[in-house]
Amino acid sequence: MAAVIADALILLAKVVGVFAVLMVMVLLTVYVERKVVSWMQTRVGPNRVGPFGLLQSLADGIKLFFKEDVRPAAADRVLYLVAPVVIMIPAFLSLTVIPFGTSFGGEPAQLADLNVGLLFVLAMGSLQVYGLVLAGYASGSNYPLLGGIRSSAQMISYEIPQGLSLVGVFMYAGTLSARGIVDAQRDPLQVGFLPDWLHLPGWYVIPQLPMFVVFLLAGLAETNRAPFDLPEAETELVGGYHTEYSGIRFALFFLAEYLNMITVAAVATTVFLGGPDGPAFGFLPWLWPIVWFLLKVCAFLFLFIWLRATLPRFRFDRLMAFGWKVLLPVALLWIGVTGVVLAVDLAPARTGLLAAAGVLVVLLLAITLAGPLTGRDRRAARGAAT
Amino acid sequence: MISEIVQGLAVTFRSMFRRRNTIQYPEECKPTAPRFHGRHVLNRYEDGLERCIGCELCAYACPADAIYVQGADNTPQARWSVGERYAAVYQINYNRCIFCGLCIEACPTRALTMSNDYGLTTDTREGLVYDKPLLLAPLPAGAAPVPRADPPQGPPSIARYGPQASLSQESGGVQPATAGEGREGLAPQPEERAGR
Repeated sequence: MAAVIADALILLAKVVGVFAVLMVMVLLTVYVERKVVSWMQTRVGPNRVGPFGLLQSLADGIKLFFKEDVRPAAADRVLYLVAPVVIMIPAFLSLTVIPFGTSFGGEPAQLADLNVGLLFVLAMGSLQVYGLVLAGYASGSNYPLLGGIRSSAQMISYEIPQGLSLVGVFMYAGTLSARGIVDAQRDPLQVGFLPDWLHLPGWYVIPQLPMFVVFLLAGLAETNRAPFDLPEAETELVGGYHTEYSGIRFALFFLAEYLNMITVAAVATTVFLGGPDGPAFGFLPWLWPIVWFLLKVCAFLFLFIWLRATLPRFRFDRLMAFGWKVLLPVALLWIGVTGVVLAVDLAPARTGLLAAAGVLVVLLLAITLAGPLTGRDRRAARGAAT
Repeated sequence: MISEIVQGLAVTFRSMFRRRNTIQYPEECKPTAPRFHGRHVLNRYEDGLERCIGCELCAYACPADAIYVQGADNTPQARWSVGERYAAVYQINYNRCIFCGLCIEACPTRALTMSNDYGLTTDTREGLVYDKPLLLAPLPAGAAPVPRADPPQGPPSIARYGPQASLSQESGGVQPATAGEGREGLAPQPEERAGR
């Protein structure tokens, strides 16, 4: 009995701890995003609230919390209230299966090591589409409806390459569990032609490079981040699906968006960059994995912010074409290649083979990327017309 | 395409380390252009008498109807300005003012000029209606306060101040918008006006 209570208490502490860390991370991500985007535009960014403006997002959160909660008369009452919660809860839940360290004295640094681990993350991502569609529909207004429809189309389209991009890793690791995938990446890299003393980490970014690229691009689209931020394209749709939301409900959407960003970064870290894997130094052996994990996540977050500050928004048809005609075939192709390499079982050389082929495919991807993005198709169409 | 994306990323990354263009406004203020149209100033002569004669030409000139003047007579016991009349009430409503400077051009005595001061923010609309005490330049050093009684020999004549009355003690230290056009005289000549 005492053991059960102790277990429950430990679990509760972990839940509260992860929740608190996530909330703080969201606040910091918002702050860092504003700061970095400002720097990239040679501005200063928030610097008034607290030292270096660190408390700016906290102040914004408090402001949103105390704002009037305006509910449009045409809104569908129940769905309108439920939608932000439907978005936020999966955003939190999908991070429960990510191992953020190795262990604290025997207790795994992970909330739940589900055997379907990453499938759960994908499932939670799918659930969020309901939230977006409900928010758009329940607002009883045109722009949110358009935003909701756009977002559902976009998220469903990009869920497929995102899911498929993880399949290659599942095949390679032989497990769906996030912990299992992290453990499988701990073996040093065996490429075959590299000297033995060079201990490169066996992270899956090397044998699964195309999948890494596909996952990042699809993840960006899944989180509705620039350059794939069509669901909330401010210049076109006012605010997208959350136009009619204000106050704390709007804050929930905002929170969910940034949580999703963190989720994509965390999953990419776990699946392709070895999760908490990294060199540990003498003291505090439990701390280093967490530091490495957070560093990798932050690197991804910086990449996302950087892309947002640089790239203009996609046109919707090109977004769809990119998802269905580029990312999906590449993911399918790579699943095939991985399957063949695994079936033929070229044990020591397989990573090297995959890495070489991966570089090739990424180059191909880069070339095909040019097709739907540049004006070539438009010029071709004009040429055909004349 | 990819090279363009990489180029763009490089530009944004380099920009992170460039000098920031932001000016931390309340703490540091960028100096304005020397002839910047800011808050108005009602000037005085060296002896402290007000230049404004309450003629209301500024109010007539104002396209935004931002100026309200109510003139009154100087008396031998209470003299505010040179001449017969002075502005008993002088208000500029900065809710309306568009800082065009037409009032300055209209002023026959160079009583009204503009300073470079642009810090006009307040919390209320009433706070943006500036009345005479807020607009009036400070008394020059050593000058007796107005209103004052006329000296025994009689009121000071306008001729004493003359058409070339110095503008050097106008507050703000700013050249007024119409400076250098030879209109510093107290009474603009009609033919001069027509010639412009």
